[in-house]
Amino acid sequence: MEERFLTCIGCPMGCQLTVTMEGTEVLSVLGNTCPRGDIYARKEVTNPTRIVTSTIAITGGDKERISCKTASDIPKNKIFDVMKEINHAVVRAPKKRGDILIENVAGTGVNVIATRDIAVKS
Amino acid sequence: MMKKGIVIIGGGPAGLAAAAAARKKGVQDILILERDAELGGILNQCIHNGFGLRRFKEELTGPEYAGRFIDEIKALGIEYKLGTMVMDISKDRVVTAMNREEGILQIHAGAVILAMGCRERPRGALNIPGYRPAGIFSAGTAQRLVNIEGYMPGREVVILGSGDIGLIMARRMTLEGAKVKVVAELMPYSGGLKRNIVQCLDDFGIPLKLSHTVVDIEGKEHITAVTIAEVGPDRKPIPGTEERYTCDTLLLSVGLIPENELSRSAGVEINAVTNGPVVNESMETSIPGVFACGNVLHVHDLVDFVSEEAERAGQNAAEYVQGELGEESGRVIALKAQDGVRYTVPSTVDPSRMPDNLTVRFRVGAVYRNAAVCVYYGQDKVKSYPKRILAPGEMEQIILQKAELEAREDVKEITICIEEEGAK
Amino acid sequence: MIYDVVIIGAGVSGSAIARELSRYKAEICVLEKDEDVCCGTSKANSAIVHAGYDCKPGTMMARMNLRGNEMMEQLSKDLDFPFRRNGSLVICLDKNRLDALQKLYEQGLANGVPGLKILGRKEALEMEPNLSENTVAALYAPSAGIVCPFGLNIAMAENAKENGVDFFFHTKVEEIHADEEGIWHIRTCNGEYRTRSVVNAAGVYADRIHNMVSREKIHITARRGDYLLLDHEAGDHVSHTIFPQPTNLGKGVLVAPTIHGNLIVGPTATDIGDKESTATTQEELDEVVSNAGMSVRNLPLRKVITSFAGLRAHEDHHEFILKEIADAPAFFDCAGIESPGLTSAPAIGEYMAEMLEERFRWEKKADWKTTRKGILDPKKLSLEERSRLIRENPAYGQIICRCESVTEGEILDAIHRPLGARSLDGIKRRTRAGMGRCQAGFCSPKVMDILARELGLPLEKITKSGGKSNIVLERTKEVRE
Repeated sequence: MEERFLTCIGCPMGCQLTVTMEGTEVLSVLGNTCPRGDIYARKEVTNPTRIVTSTIAITGGDKERISCKTASDIPKNKIFDVMKEINHAVVRAPKKRGDILIENVAGTGVNVIATRDIAVKS
Repeated sequence: MMKKGIVIIGGGPAGLAAAAAARKKGVQDILILERDAELGGILNQCIHNGFGLRRFKEELTGPEYAGRFIDEIKALGIEYKLGTMVMDISKDRVVTAMNREEGILQIHAGAVILAMGCRERPRGALNIPGYRPAGIFSAGTAQRLVNIEGYMPGREVVILGSGDIGLIMARRMTLEGAKVKVVAELMPYSGGLKRNIVQCLDDFGIPLKLSHTVVDIEGKEHITAVTIAEVGPDRKPIPGTEERYTCDTLLLSVGLIPENELSRSAGVEINAVTNGPVVNESMETSIPGVFACGNVLHVHDLVDFVSEEAERAGQNAAEYVQGELGEESGRVIALKAQDGVRYTVPSTVDPSRMPDNLTVRFRVGAVYRNAAVCVYYGQDKVKSYPKRILAPGEMEQIILQKAELEAREDVKEITICIEEEGAK
Repeated sequence: MIYDVVIIGAGVSGSAIARELSRYKAEICVLEKDEDVCCGTSKANSAIVHAGYDCKPGTMMARMNLRGNEMMEQLSKDLDFPFRRNGSLVICLDKNRLDALQKLYEQGLANGVPGLKILGRKEALEMEPNLSENTVAALYAPSAGIVCPFGLNIAMAENAKENGVDFFFHTKVEEIHADEEGIWHIRTCNGEYRTRSVVNAAGVYADRIHNMVSREKIHITARRGDYLLLDHEAGDHVSHTIFPQPTNLGKGVLVAPTIHGNLIVGPTATDIGDKESTATTQEELDEVVSNAGMSVRNLPLRKVITSFAGLRAHEDHHEFILKEIADAPAFFDCAGIESPGLTSAPAIGEYMAEMLEERFRWEKKADWKTTRKGILDPKKLSLEERSRLIRENPAYGQIICRCESVTEGEILDAIHRPLGARSLDGIKRRTRAGMGRCQAGFCSPKVMDILARELGLPLEKITKSGGKSNIVLERTKEVRE
């Protein structure tokens, strides 16, 4: 049996949650004041995920960086693998919001997409 | 002199939403004046996600949220001028502005919407002792340098202030390869969202020290270290609790101030608590035909609320220039913020001009658990909303109903207050 | 080459001397350890033009103060820097100290201060409604004024430069000696300079320079003072410069409007060992607040936009040393320049230049430029004139610093004029960009871009104030650009 301690992010209460686990199975969630805490805790201990947002180097545009994000959430433990690929990528202007900048980033099956437009340098 | 139906000062989220709403109400000649080189305001540098959950039911980044509004402005054919600084607004709504191409512009506006946003409190406002070297940034300035310009201020970072921008920058700097050593917060609670504390600090093992502040800054040319210390209930440092952190960057996220220099010089009455204009139910300031919305009015927690509030300002400004806003009835109900409620927006309500349901937004001054938001019509307690938690970092709201207020002609004042369990 | 004069220090004294000497046919240069003029004591002080009642009669201080005050008005017109006579009040809060106020008045009369008057409580409060309730009387000096300390220093230096004086920055003096022919050799971190005469205007380091060449040692203590600067919104809290009654340590914590419409409060007075220590301390910032609160009520302290500390060059005998060093021929001291040093600077320049001229008898230049044009401030133009200016040069249509309404045109001028700005602080001192309520939050990335573009430098090389004060470290992303 293993205990994990979390802070619920559902609301400003920030309930201190105690999750008891047996391997990957959640035995109990304690400390939550509402059902949202239970749902959050179960997801967070079994499959924590995050959306990663950053910038990518862009050439030929009116700016030298383009903001980007993972099109959906990726496993939390892959954040720095994703960042490594993002940091080494270079894309070329023009780019539109939603354009794919990196496909299948760090083998997650998720694309990195542009979150803004960058026009060609005039 | 150029004439326009509505001139909107600021092309950030508030200005854009107000413009679109005014156009949809039928005002054709709208002009947005934006000082930056692009529309979107501060959202352009807020590249993190978490915007739009209420409005679009999906989680967008700042540029995406702005992008949707910019697309709409363009689709609606609303005129805007970039790189254009407003220098003056007169009482009779002559807006004087300036840009490279046209020089000085003077525009007579049927209505003006103030949407200039806010600025960050600088270090000086805190009186942190020590040197004044390079390497000290307000969090928003650092955010612009990292996210838009693509430069890292440094590699070893201390952050003072746990407002959302500070928390977000802790994660951004970490993802870009910096080491964020500590986030210090003067208050015994964070002003930021719980979600940001978990996902920006806890995820990366960054300690948050509540009731702590910076008491010394070292380095004559470039910052080399800071000392932080615990503060007592009087917020003064407690001797003996000092801890020194070497660093090359200090970020300050110590509050936002609505930017109302133009409003003040125009003669708009300013609320001493919000530092924003005093507005009535129509989002109209003390100068008829001058409206305000967004962070220039009061600092918001979520942009979704800015958009909603700005749309109301835009609609009302449209009705004003169309002569449909309705005469003031002469009955003005004052909204009084009391016992933990720091302010309300709006500050007054004219029942004849209000919508059927009017949202009143406010913030509380401390953390309350198991308390209630209570509404009094005069001396009568008419509503009590139990709240498990109330925190200064989050905006709260109540709804006032037109029908109710019209039925109670005796009401001259509405009090909104916090009542803790066991009290009254 | 051998210079006729090398001036050590490009502060307000060194620059004043350089300007006055530039009227002669002589080869002159100024050596400055920092990256710009006005980087030491000259940049962090009360910015007051004192009337002259504080100085002991018969002292060099009294003489320079009165003459400097008298010169300031014409100089501000000639050199186009901001100055205004706003008058000062020394506030007496205690009946038992009325005698001392009377003595100050008499000392002022003895020094020749014009227009001095002792005001009763009522008269003082009418003149300045925010004075303390406890005001008993006040000494009014109509000739006191306020000046932009950067404006004064930079104007004199630019004028000197235009008249042929060389300025060398990042040039710290390490050793000085004279050869058999009486030529002074000045070794610096930036090579050796040879000269027939030297003027030591090295501020808090003037003792170190003096003691390199003389057996008669002098000693200068850095006396630190902390200040608070308040927003424009607080700028009219008082209209005169308000002093408490002076003590042994100096003139005390004053409250004054600045020439640019802010309110300044300070300084404290603490003797320190480290001549570089311009760090403020909590105790002293608190002291500024409590002391200022004694003479002026309802100070709007929520409007503080910045705090800073300056160092006064306090010589042990509290007197200006303006003379040739007895055992070092043609080596002139301009040392111990503490308050009223800023006020005295034009007079010190005049006095020192005359002293050198008497010694070397240089010819006067026929084409000496008496005047200098400052950076154009478009805010002072009519809307029509401003429109025309923008048509001619669109950079004047682009606001860079919103708090102080500074345009790109002004910033470009600051970079490209003689002794142009090379750093954010250099731009700030010349144009006020970054001086306002947001303290450069919005404009610093933009000013950095302009500096990088105009100087042809990568952004990483742009500094706050020269040296190692780089603002950003490196580019994001691990890609070659």
